[in-house]
Amino acid sequence: MVPLLEIKNLKVSINNKKIIKGLDLSINAGEVHAIMGPNGTGKSTLASVIAGRDVFTVNEGEIKYKGQDLLGMPIENRSREGIFLGFQYPVEIPGVSMTNFMRTAVDEHRKYKGLPPLSAVEFLKLMEEKKKMVEIQSNLTNRSVNEGFSGGEKKRNEIFQMAMLEPTLAILDETDSGLDIDALKIVANGVNKLRRPDNAFVVITHYQRLLDYIVPDFVHVLFEGRIVKSGTKELALELESKGYEWIKEELEK
Amino acid sequence: MKSASLIPDKTQLISLYHEFQKNISIADIPYVTALRNEALKSFEANGFPTQEIEEWKNTSLVNSLKPSYNFYFNPFKEKQDVDKIFRCEIHNFETYLFTQLNGWYIYKQNPITTLDNGVIAGSLSAAFQAYPELIQQYYGKLSNIQNSGLTALNTAFAQDGIFIYVPDNVTVEKPIQMVNIVNIDESIFVQPRNLIILGKNAHLTFVFCDDSIRHETSFINSCTETFIDENASLDFYKMQNKDSRSTVITGSYFNLQKNSKLCSNTLTFNGGVIRNENYVTMAGSGSEAKVYGLYLMDREQHVDNQVYVDHQVPETLSYEQFKGIIDENASAVFNGHIHVCPDAQKTEAYQSNKNILLTDTARVTTKPFLEIYADDVKCSHGATVGQLDPEAMFYLKSRGICDRNAKMLLMYAFAGEIANKINIEVLRNRIDAMIVKRLKGELSICDQCVLHCKENEMINFKIDMSKI
Repeated sequence: MVPLLEIKNLKVSINNKKIIKGLDLSINAGEVHAIMGPNGTGKSTLASVIAGRDVFTVNEGEIKYKGQDLLGMPIENRSREGIFLGFQYPVEIPGVSMTNFMRTAVDEHRKYKGLPPLSAVEFLKLMEEKKKMVEIQSNLTNRSVNEGFSGGEKKRNEIFQMAMLEPTLAILDETDSGLDIDALKIVANGVNKLRRPDNAFVVITHYQRLLDYIVPDFVHVLFEGRIVKSGTKELALELESKGYEWIKEELEK
Repeated sequence: MKSASLIPDKTQLISLYHEFQKNISIADIPYVTALRNEALKSFEANGFPTQEIEEWKNTSLVNSLKPSYNFYFNPFKEKQDVDKIFRCEIHNFETYLFTQLNGWYIYKQNPITTLDNGVIAGSLSAAFQAYPELIQQYYGKLSNIQNSGLTALNTAFAQDGIFIYVPDNVTVEKPIQMVNIVNIDESIFVQPRNLIILGKNAHLTFVFCDDSIRHETSFINSCTETFIDENASLDFYKMQNKDSRSTVITGSYFNLQKNSKLCSNTLTFNGGVIRNENYVTMAGSGSEAKVYGLYLMDREQHVDNQVYVDHQVPETLSYEQFKGIIDENASAVFNGHIHVCPDAQKTEAYQSNKNILLTDTARVTTKPFLEIYADDVKCSHGATVGQLDPEAMFYLKSRGICDRNAKMLLMYAFAGEIANKINIEVLRNRIDAMIVKRLKGELSICDQCVLHCKENEMINFKIDMSKI
């Protein structure tokens, strides 16, 4: 079976500063992977490169998605092919309403698949349904994208967009940071409702806490631009109790 | 029909005036004729503005003044069926519609109408004779013929335009819409003149549309004087959708008395060379002026917005916001001058000009200028020139939205802020649709009217909740 995502020997830099230094990762449909690790080790960079942000330079290696070369694919096509990035810092876009934003996005996804655009009624129904799934108050959607949203609202809005676009591979970049326990549960609930045998999730987090709610199949530790340790969910618990110093010491041995 | 054809330079125009003085002054009262003679002298002294003048540094009239233009000194005699030339396409937009064709006020029965509520509206030249007291009290009192050669030229030659008088305590329920059409198969130089008077506690919405129908060269040098008496309010919308061979100069003079309110919004969609001068005099305490503008320019188009706000008395507020998107080789100028007199304590004056440049060859010159002689004031200004936010672009594209639509969403959001200031819902919706169309590059002057958009056109970016 071809993995959903396969990263081989990926090396990435920004302004000549090496951030990812030879990373391998393979993700199959139906799996949930957690990527953990201290600040500045390349977790967000990895997510950005998969989504297609062009400020980074890929120096070496390849990323295959559904067997196709991902790095040559335009940003919008990655999304239409089923990749979704939940932003660590969702961007505020004054004047663009959530409704117009999502309608344009959904229509473009449908067009790519050869489907006709949704009627206004169908679209609003879909919005209502997905809002309920992530427990968003109804007024959120008539506001400008992320403008004036609280930290929790922004993160929930990312999950809402994910629910609208139903991705095959969702990467959630520190979606748990800044969330209180109730918001965390709502976010995790949203993810769990969207889990299917034919899609996969990558959850980037500092804390084991989120993984109580989104139970991963695999846990990877990213350290200085490499995955230095992989395991199952027990690894997250071990990290929680021993800290990242433990990884460093192990590496030095 | 009395007409002449010439290249408009100062000497030629002065002899033209003398040659046709009888025709030009035919409807005058002595006060107006005297004003013409004074204005002509001022034009003789000032001439057309050149780029040596600071306020004209970035706008050149050289090319606009090169061709030969036709001048008409009598109304067009042949019956023009206005309904056939122009039909406002906005559904449910009920207005008192008035039309100017090639600079002349067009009417079916009466050149001047008195509406049920006592409002007088109609041809300015008819008003000269019919309401001499009002003319002597207000006409030529705000426009500055000493400093502006173009206003002087207009004052000397102007024969017609719209005249509106709203008596005290009258609210005009429907907007008055003035459509200024140029439709002639030869190049033409027109100088419309408008006078709007709002009595105490009077309320009016005025919608001014400048349209081209043909692609002939035209030069419009218009001047509008507006008096807003105590507690009165005026919403003043100006829509400009002209072809690329037209030059449009608008001199708009506003005078605000105690506790009066002005909300002005100038929306420029197309044009050759456009220069909008707004002079706002805050003459009464408690008065408020909001001056908005939006310009969407491409190709070789040029737009220049000048706003001069004079705070003469204490406790007045002015708020200016102009935004523009400039594409291809187009250029834009914004000059905002706020003047606060020594006595004008507690003045609040805010000014903002934001621009998006879409190409390397698009240009913008923006100059905020605050001149403050009082010490207890709140004033601010800001100007930005930039590209579309790359972070926002990435965010939109990462959701599957293509480059073009991502740009459209951001540009529409940028421009929509000004359109949202329009208080009439049907007009706002139509302007919204026009902005989308304009940004898609689908709006042209061939749409007959600035407000003409095809009804069935699907606008992808907005869902009208009221229709669901």
